[in-house]
Amino acid sequence: MVPLNHYLYLSAILFTIGAVGVFTRRNALIIYMCIELMLNAVNLTFIAFSKFLNNMDGHIFAFMIMTVAAAEAAVGLAIILAIFRNRETVNVDDINLMKG
Amino acid sequence: MFYIIGGVAVLSALIMVTNKKPVSAAMSLIVTMLCLSGMYVILDAHLIAALQIIVYAGAIMVLFLFVIMLLNIQEKEGRLSGHKIFLQFAWIMLVGYVFISMVKLIGGDSLPARVEGSINGFGTTKAVGEILFTDFLLPFEIASILLLAAIVGAVILAKAKVD
Repeated sequence: MVPLNHYLYLSAILFTIGAVGVFTRRNALIIYMCIELMLNAVNLTFIAFSKFLNNMDGHIFAFMIMTVAAAEAAVGLAIILAIFRNRETVNVDDINLMKG
Repeated sequence: MFYIIGGVAVLSALIMVTNKKPVSAAMSLIVTMLCLSGMYVILDAHLIAALQIIVYAGAIMVLFLFVIMLLNIQEKEGRLSGHKIFLQFAWIMLVGYVFISMVKLIGGDSLPARVEGSINGFGTTKAVGEILFTDFLLPFEIASILLLAAIVGAVILAKAKVD
């Protein structure tokens, strides 16, 4: 049986890859994919703890995260579509109407 | 088995972050999702593994590919200006610091001890459903309202303007 540490290490690595992707990529679609990757890494942590603490509440949390991810993907992609229709770009550096 | 699946997951995640083409990035993200689903099977979370394949690799990634192909993006990630590169470098440093502190936390002895014993039917649809409809009934109902709001929002946002 693989110890709990290794699952957490894998989850931390995936989360870091996702975070680096969010900060370095300019394409809004790929930034969304990186956010999905980070959510998945957190899910892995929940499931691993759920198994090792012998408590099934973690499965419910993973279920809820999946729900939120699905809602977020639907709304986010609709926003990207609307932006692309108005501005002809999905590059986040060109989308600076609010001067953020 | 864990190390094979984990290696493939990390490798395809790296391919996703470094790839120029959005379609290839989406494909490698699907590989990562499938690997994580394998992890859930190893961890006896059978329902979550099935949902991972159906919801993530099926529904969400199909939505992504659909939008990518609909938009027909010409990728032009040109060179960044000086202060932007500095800003990115600072962000990566911050993420690296967070990663190192996570690894230190995991490597320390603060993790809870393993609880022995076995729940009857751990991770099956029946067991998860029993918890979901008794202890977590209110979050379940709130999730349904969230999904309804997301559906309405997506339809309104993606609708072509009529005026």
